[in-house]
Amino acid sequence: MQASPQLALRQAKEIDKAIAGGKKLALLAGIPAAIKDAILVKDFNNTAASLILENFHSAQDATAVAKLREEGAVFLGRTNLDEFAMGSSTEHSAYKITRNPLDVERVPGGTSGGSAAAIAAGECVFALGSDTGGSIRQPAAFCGVVGLKPTYGRVSRYGLIAHASSLEQIGPMAKNVDDCEIVFDAIAGQDPKDSTSVDPEFPISNFQFPNIKIGIPKEYFGRGLDKDIKKAVLETAGKLEKQGVKIEEISLPNAEYALPCYYIIVPSEASANLARFDGIRYGKSEKAENLFGVYAKTRGRGLGEEVKRRIMLGTFALSSGYYDAYYLKAQKARTLIKRDFETAFEKVDFLLTPVSPFQPFKIGEKINDPLKMYLSDVYTISINLAGVPALSMPIPKAKVENMPVGLQIIGPHFSEKNIFHLAKAIEQL
Amino acid sequence: MISKEEVKHIADLARLELTGEETDKMQKDLANILGYIEKLGELNVENVEPTFRPVAAQNVWREDEQQKQNPQVIETMLSQMPAKEGNMLKVREIFE
Repeated sequence: MQASPQLALRQAKEIDKAIAGGKKLALLAGIPAAIKDAILVKDFNNTAASLILENFHSAQDATAVAKLREEGAVFLGRTNLDEFAMGSSTEHSAYKITRNPLDVERVPGGTSGGSAAAIAAGECVFALGSDTGGSIRQPAAFCGVVGLKPTYGRVSRYGLIAHASSLEQIGPMAKNVDDCEIVFDAIAGQDPKDSTSVDPEFPISNFQFPNIKIGIPKEYFGRGLDKDIKKAVLETAGKLEKQGVKIEEISLPNAEYALPCYYIIVPSEASANLARFDGIRYGKSEKAENLFGVYAKTRGRGLGEEVKRRIMLGTFALSSGYYDAYYLKAQKARTLIKRDFETAFEKVDFLLTPVSPFQPFKIGEKINDPLKMYLSDVYTISINLAGVPALSMPIPKAKVENMPVGLQIIGPHFSEKNIFHLAKAIEQL
Repeated sequence: MISKEEVKHIADLARLELTGEETDKMQKDLANILGYIEKLGELNVENVEPTFRPVAAQNVWREDEQQKQNPQVIETMLSQMPAKEGNMLKVREIFE
């Protein structure tokens, strides 16, 4: 979206000075990073890819960004996204189109499409993304990079422009699993500024490869999945089995309800969170005859089509007469979806699935059909509803339509270290 | 099917000014999406408790006291206010 050369050079000079002075270097000293433009960086013109924040300047760092700064990372700039992180292709940005560097006719995925594309193009070593329903994992898969959606609460959300607070997490994106883990270690941890953030009791890997059981949820391999993606994922499971991993078919019986459940809960939370963009305290402000007019005009002109659609959906689901039938029902469905994962993890240590049912689509292909776009996230949203962690990585050597193929590893709450451990073993296959 | 009046009512509740064209498209899109969401109707959720947050959380307390703020942070925030008087945010009248 925008490079920050002055900041980057200043940070780099400080690192140079530290090196020249023989000082002990921090974990990420001098490592170039890009930050999704929904995560606040002090003095950045953070916009969330929305016109309503066109001239907004962040007064403070998000906690994850402050931690990276402490570790010496160099910030090269902010990356494009779907406006307020609503979309699956980064085409809903109010400013720019981001292309997939592996095939410029295709989308990079979304909503952290700018971060994934910047890594794939070699423009940075790692990036921060955020993931409400697949927004780190799907672009990572589309661009052939690695991305983690941490357990809900594992990384502070302070300074992440809020979209759906009970689902989203900031997470690391990088070229390989090792780098992704290093960045995760740097940003994770309890934060007094986010009351939902926690430190887990066992933050280390506790298994010996290949002494693990992996579940293949049959609902993730049915109708709608590209047959070559299916083949590539199952072949990976087969290779792991040859190395001694136990592979077992399991069931997540409520999987088919995840998408309708998600598209009630997310717009509901978004409609409440985005009420703050009202033209009063900061951001765009339209003139009008009365206060209502200021609100309605500012929001009507400053927000894009998908954002308005979701605010409308959420307002509808929360409105009197519909609350029980939509919002409350969805939160109950969420309990069943979460229980499916709990039951699965009583039997197996991990789940292995595709990230996306199809390969990166062409720019413009789905932009006019919101439902089609929503289906892009069919394999990633349940994970956010259940709050479990999941990593997206390219399957080694696999290509479909001459593009990399994403693999998703899902684990129980706070099992990030185990997931990284398994992902490194898969990288070696 | 959601009516155009309902769409306009929700837009008012959400404080969104929509053009005529936007209202028409919104009506069509919402009808499609709500049609898809109807699928949830099949699911039996009798005796199921809702999950409002995925990981159990505890209430976090802190003392209710004024916290020091960096003057630069205050300056950045003040400088972005659409209307102000001195160091205070100015808003339109709420009561008429």
